[in-house]
Amino acid sequence: MTLAAATNEHLANISNTLIYSAMAVYTLAFFAYILEWLFGSRSKVGRTAAALTADARGAKAPAVTVRRNGGTAVLERPEVVVRSAAGARDVPDGPGAHGGDEQGDLYGRIAVSLTVLAFAVELAGVIARAASVERAPWGNMYEFNITFSTVAVGVYLALLTLRKNVRWLGLFLTTTVLLDLGLAVTVLYTASDQLVPALHSYWLYIHVSTAIFCGAVFYVGAVATILYLFKDGYETKLAGGGTPGRFANSVLDRLPSAASLDKFSYRVNAAVFPLWTFTIIAGAIWAGDAWGRYWGWDPKETWSFITWVAYAGYLHARATAGWKGRKAAYLALIAFGCWLFNYYGVNIFVSGKHSYAGV
Amino acid sequence: MSKTTAPTDPTGEQELAEAGSQLSTAPDESAPQLPALGVVGWARWFWRQLTSMRVALLLLLLLALAAIPGSLIPQTGTDATKVAAFRSAHTTLGPVYERLGLFHVYSSVWFSAIYILLFVSLIGCIVPRTWQFVGQVRSRPPGAPRRLTRLPAYTTWRTEASPEQVREAALALLNKRRFRAHTAGDAVAAEKGYLREIGNLAFHVALIVLLVAFGWGQLFKSEGNKLVVEGDGFSNTLTQYDDFKSGSLFTSDDLVPFSFHLDKFTGTYEMTGPNRGTARTFQAALTYSEGAYGKDKKTIVKVNHPLEIGDAKVYLTAHGYAPVMTVRDGKGDVVYRDAVPLLPLDNNVTSTGVVKVMDGYRNARGVTEQLGIKAFFYPTFGGAGTEAGSRFPALLNPLLNLEPYHGDLGVDSGIPQSVYQLDKTHMKDFKDAKGLQVRGNLKPGETLTLPGGAGSVTYEGTRQWANFQVVQEPGGGWALAGALTAIFGLAASLFIQRRRVWVRAVPGDDGVTVVEMAGLGRSESAKVPEELGDLAGLLYERAPGAPEPDPDPAVSPDPDPHVVPAEGAEQQ
Ligand code: HEM
Repeated sequence: MTLAAATNEHLANISNTLIYSAMAVYTLAFFAYILEWLFGSRSKVGRTAAALTADARGAKAPAVTVRRNGGTAVLERPEVVVRSAAGARDVPDGPGAHGGDEQGDLYGRIAVSLTVLAFAVELAGVIARAASVERAPWGNMYEFNITFSTVAVGVYLALLTLRKNVRWLGLFLTTTVLLDLGLAVTVLYTASDQLVPALHSYWLYIHVSTAIFCGAVFYVGAVATILYLFKDGYETKLAGGGTPGRFANSVLDRLPSAASLDKFSYRVNAAVFPLWTFTIIAGAIWAGDAWGRYWGWDPKETWSFITWVAYAGYLHARATAGWKGRKAAYLALIAFGCWLFNYYGVNIFVSGKHSYAGV
Repeated sequence: MSKTTAPTDPTGEQELAEAGSQLSTAPDESAPQLPALGVVGWARWFWRQLTSMRVALLLLLLLALAAIPGSLIPQTGTDATKVAAFRSAHTTLGPVYERLGLFHVYSSVWFSAIYILLFVSLIGCIVPRTWQFVGQVRSRPPGAPRRLTRLPAYTTWRTEASPEQVREAALALLNKRRFRAHTAGDAVAAEKGYLREIGNLAFHVALIVLLVAFGWGQLFKSEGNKLVVEGDGFSNTLTQYDDFKSGSLFTSDDLVPFSFHLDKFTGTYEMTGPNRGTARTFQAALTYSEGAYGKDKKTIVKVNHPLEIGDAKVYLTAHGYAPVMTVRDGKGDVVYRDAVPLLPLDNNVTSTGVVKVMDGYRNARGVTEQLGIKAFFYPTFGGAGTEAGSRFPALLNPLLNLEPYHGDLGVDSGIPQSVYQLDKTHMKDFKDAKGLQVRGNLKPGETLTLPGGAGSVTYEGTRQWANFQVVQEPGGGWALAGALTAIFGLAASLFIQRRRVWVRAVPGDDGVTVVEMAGLGRSESAKVPEELGDLAGLLYERAPGAPEPDPDPAVSPDPDPHVVPAEGAEQQ
């Protein structure tokens, strides 16, 4: 018994060391991303401006061109021509943080490699923590935070692996991951402990793991939404003949077009919404087993419901009310705000059945 | 060959709109019109507004907003004592909140109004959409627009195969890919992804099922608590409950008949480490029988594992200790012997309660009196001189502290009294020889003798008690079915794209067939051109490309300069 306790304490210490190491590596990645952006600023592409001012002058850039092979050549396979919907701005996606600069690109690659390393170290830290407490590492807010940031970075890396154009997210992500971990190790730290019997259920694994995953994906969506708002403002300004500041020019020009960012955040949010629905239902089933009612308007339940309704409103707005663009984006941000409040606010400010050991 | 363009629709916008029409059942949002005069006009106008997407969205957001106060202000439904505390702390705000229904937000008039409106709107939306969808399924996908080049995804090539062959191959291919396809004129029109619409409708219907099931459950719900000491039993009738709440349509006949007997309660705790004292298991071993004369069965009820009998679920919600005490009067006759459940005060189960000896007791002078004995219990006593409070939740070193009083308990005054509290207004304490109040710290088996031959109290041993919550909430199955349908419907609605494909094959000037393919989705998506490319590739194998003719500058350019379709397209 004491021997086991000693091993557990040992594991808990290893976990702490790993989490601190992950923070160090994330910091390095953070600086590498900064360098990527800095070197990228050397190349002044001005693609967005070019595309938009060409539009403004009325000389519409050709939306599509069909390349013809030589006169008598037979096509290998017919080529599909894509055109965007009428009225859409035809702004090309920015080149990414490195802005086409070779050195910038190199730092970007280093940053991604460091992110992978930091992710691996942090994951090991989470697993060590789980081993030390002999259960899923989701018993208190410290554990939520370390798991949450691991999953968020995991989602980012998974998107990169799928060859999605998301490297521009890196800097924003590492910044917030560092904040999240900083908060975890300073304010929220809880020595490893056991769960109260109410948490002994396989529903813990189902409900909490999906909740954390949904949060991580919603977070990625929210970052893209914020960037969309900036980029959209930037494009609107350019199209209206305005001249954005140098900083905005340099940074925003390198991001994907507002349309792409908007589409990306919509896809991300829409993709996890069914899972979020499932998370709430799983929670209700668990509550039915643990507390004798599947829905009781406990603050945590209420805020999950509010978050759900807010995201449903967002999807609804886009699907039916024709609220595309900025209005829908604000809704998406409000919805994510609800999620955040549910995660931090409810645990800290409101007491309910969901409050367990050490916040 | 002539390149004619319809004069009435020079840009082809209208035709394009038709090609994309009915690709969903979402209604058009037109600006609100002023209602026609008269009641009917106004009613129709109101109904239109209510079932419009804008209002639906507004109601949805309003519902989210309205749910907020209930999470911040204490609610009678979840914690009535907190509400009472809030009321006494905020004497001005309390009554205002009360009037606004802020202490029971989720059953308040305004909250109900929002969701009832939302669901009326929902029904008003689903019914026409369902009809429309049935109509769409029974009709065929619209024919190809004249100028396929304007669609979001487009491809073209020339082939030696005849137009009929191409169309036949295209029809076969699209059918095989599970498109609904038919040939209309010189083109094949096809559509796929109807499941998206079904999913969307199923999702919205499921929301209604979910709400109705939840509402039904609330109306017929019942919830009662019963504290049972080891060795005692319970049968499910109204009178046996310690407290009982029920929905407005519940009647006592709805109680599922069953009974059980608590054989043993087991609690184990972490013995070492930083979490010493944290509970590891709580379980109650029961013998129960269903119905009035059911067979006895054994079961274990744990946290997270209720006992289910019909619609009723029996949950284990709390536990504690019940010291067994024997009280003797001055003559040595036993006037009381029972296990007295005490209420836990902290995590280490320091407990408190009162033994009330109502009748049968006579004091040293033979006068009938009542006894009230305040009890504190420490399952693990820390030792003399230590700060009050148990050190551990398990029975490691039990100690019972007693403080006896005699006189009139006041239970006959008609004012309801808590069994755990002692009203000392008509009670007097016992004094020892030195004039100090008599108190006793007893270990199991020890006896506290009351001064002056007033009798004695013996602590015989300890039993445990468990609190059971019995809940009946019908409609849970329906709610679950609704919820699961909602998830699948939602997934279908969000992940399936409804799209159309057209394949046109016409003879070109030089007798070579020109094939044009175009795709259109409900929303702009990279999947549509991708799929079109796949389909084109497959069709291309059946109708391989013919050599391109030399570019012929005599052919007038297409009015749409962005796309150059293959020679001879856009005919007819
Ligand atoms: C009870 C609250 C409601 C919720 C949570 C809800 C949720 C949703 C969601 C998440 C979508 C998006 C699915 C997609 O993008 O395809 C959607 C679509 C839709 N909803 Fe609702 N909805 C609600 C009420 C309503 C009401 C009251 C109406 C009608 C007045 C309505 C009509 C529609 C329509 C027409 C669509 C789009 C169908 C399409 O795109 O083809 N919904 N709803």
